[in-house]
Amino acid sequence: MEQPTIVPLLERRLIFVLGKGGVGRTTIAAALGLLASRRGARTVVAEVSARGELPELFGVAARTAGVEVEVAPGLWTIQVDVQRTLHEYLRVYLPLRMLADVVGATRLFGYLAAATPGLRELLNAGKVWELAQTQRRVPGTRPYDLVIVDAPASAHALGLLTAPRSFARTAQAGPIARQGGQIDAMLHDAGATALIGVARPADAAVSELLELRDALREQAELELDLVALNATPPGGIDRADAAALEAALRRNGVLHGQARAAVERALTEDRGRRAAAEQALRLERGLGSVPLLELPAIYAPIVGVAEIETLARQLAEAS
Amino acid sequence: MSANRSALADVLVERRICVCVGAGGVGKTTTSAAIALGLAARGRRVALVTIDPSRRLAGALALNELSNEPLTLSREHLAPTGLELRGEVCAMVLDPKRTFDELVWQLAPDARTRERVLGNRIYRELSNAVGGSHEFSAVAKLYELDRSNAYDAIVLDTPPSRNTLDFLRAPERLIQFFDARTLRVLLAPAGLGARLAGRAGAPALAVIRHLVGVDLLAEIALFLSAISGLLSGFRERASAVEALLRDPASAFIMVSSPEREPVRESIAFADALREAQIPLGGLVVNRVHSAEAGTADAIETALTEAVGERLAHVVAASEARARVLAERDKVGIGGLDAALGDVPHARIPAFNGGLGELETLGAVARSLFDQR
Repeated sequence: MEQPTIVPLLERRLIFVLGKGGVGRTTIAAALGLLASRRGARTVVAEVSARGELPELFGVAARTAGVEVEVAPGLWTIQVDVQRTLHEYLRVYLPLRMLADVVGATRLFGYLAAATPGLRELLNAGKVWELAQTQRRVPGTRPYDLVIVDAPASAHALGLLTAPRSFARTAQAGPIARQGGQIDAMLHDAGATALIGVARPADAAVSELLELRDALREQAELELDLVALNATPPGGIDRADAAALEAALRRNGVLHGQARAAVERALTEDRGRRAAAEQALRLERGLGSVPLLELPAIYAPIVGVAEIETLARQLAEAS
Repeated sequence: MSANRSALADVLVERRICVCVGAGGVGKTTTSAAIALGLAARGRRVALVTIDPSRRLAGALALNELSNEPLTLSREHLAPTGLELRGEVCAMVLDPKRTFDELVWQLAPDARTRERVLGNRIYRELSNAVGGSHEFSAVAKLYELDRSNAYDAIVLDTPPSRNTLDFLRAPERLIQFFDARTLRVLLAPAGLGARLAGRAGAPALAVIRHLVGVDLLAEIALFLSAISGLLSGFRERASAVEALLRDPASAFIMVSSPEREPVRESIAFADALREAQIPLGGLVVNRVHSAEAGTADAIETALTEAVGERLAHVVAASEARARVLAERDKVGIGGLDAALGDVPHARIPAFNGGLGELETLGAVARSLFDQR
């Protein structure tokens, strides 16, 4: 069997990290970013419709939305911001004679963005695309080797990935149609773009990831390149030991107080691990040929740089 | 049961509408279902509404499917919850696109307006992506259910909001969405040709035309002019919904887990509620881990005597992990308590698998309503 590994995906220019809320997309995106930058790629992790948590995760004070912040050597983060993107977009695409009214145009275009379904998603997709260009459009910026997108939760991520095509089709002509087409072409270029799904070994997260896979296929003609199964619980008690502990619980007078409670908890943890293993299996079967990478749960009170480092190492080694 | 009823149970029982809000992945759907069941156990007829696009509610209720149509859950089906249900739960999953279409049906002054909206290319291709349309569908449905008087209580499971305020701002945003007045005037069909030709001399519009292209702009203009017939209806509905959300009979229940990110998002959401001057009715923290107070050594010694060294070691390793999780959860809950102040709350233990969906729901309902 082919060994699934994440490293070849880092050769692409654009990686989307997708999945249900709370499965750890941001943490995985951060770890991927760290891994790529350590391997020498100038990398940016873009948070789309998130609250800009990444700088803090790396111990750097948060900055203004829309600004690229260096959080580690060779690693930047940016919180994608629609207003700012709009302003940049107008500055780049307006002919010189129109630049005088860029403020008024931004306001009016803001109305248009509020009134036109999907235009915000298109702008967000456009910013991500711009970050991934070898020739950046925004003045004073340098190109990146790799852009990692911490995408919004499942349903909204789908909007991000389908909006360019919808606009390319609806607008038919003009710069928006052209841009929509360019972005869509990059999203569908398997040499340039990778999609990584993230799930947890829990019923809801597994179902939602499989549904996302189907929706991507049907609505966007896109396929997941790899799925990271996050927070796989450790431990485990073999069947004979579990039976012995259960028997001890049933025998009167053997276990009491804290020792009894500890045994009960250990058995509960073990049942949880078995349930998780079943979900992992369901995910693996559901995904078919999509490679699945299992990552252990982080056992730490607070997730910080050290935990991201560990996760990056596990990502590199997992196969 | 009432002897040890929690302060949160008081809130849940007294209010007619319960809106569950919070980050994704914290167990909001399960909590909403458990609240509905707990109220049904107290004799209420409860509408349980979710807008989760991935149909999680059906799974939590051990059903194959749920739809826009309310489904009354039978007592036999709910028997595994172990709750004695004197009332009823009717569950439904909103299809935002359909709810929105229904709203157009209700609000369009005539058939022609309705067909113009529903048939518009922009509406058809992109109406699923309308910013805030999921949220607006949810509150529009809430209003309808409330007006129908068919239920004693309504529990609403809101879409996960990472940017937290989407849900509250939905009515306002939708109005803004259809009432981009400047734009509508500029794009009014009568003036469109002249303006697109640039003779009107509005430089900003020239910019838009340059960027968007004439085709799309004309399509948007048609869309806006079609939807303008519904505007007053939308505005009325939005203010009625806002009044309903602010009504003292409605309670916002924050659902969180003790992990770092959900805690941060919950605190931000609570700030946003405060800013909007909507009181937080309660806090539910799911999946809380606990560990024994005694020292690890003392427990391992006691275990060694009882079950032998090897098994004691296995249990001790599990206990060590439980301690880490309990410590993490303590940090998270401390942060929530400090930021949210004295809000009626419940902490739900981590039901670590091994239980069926309905057994889990019953257990969560009991911890929600009976905790001290």
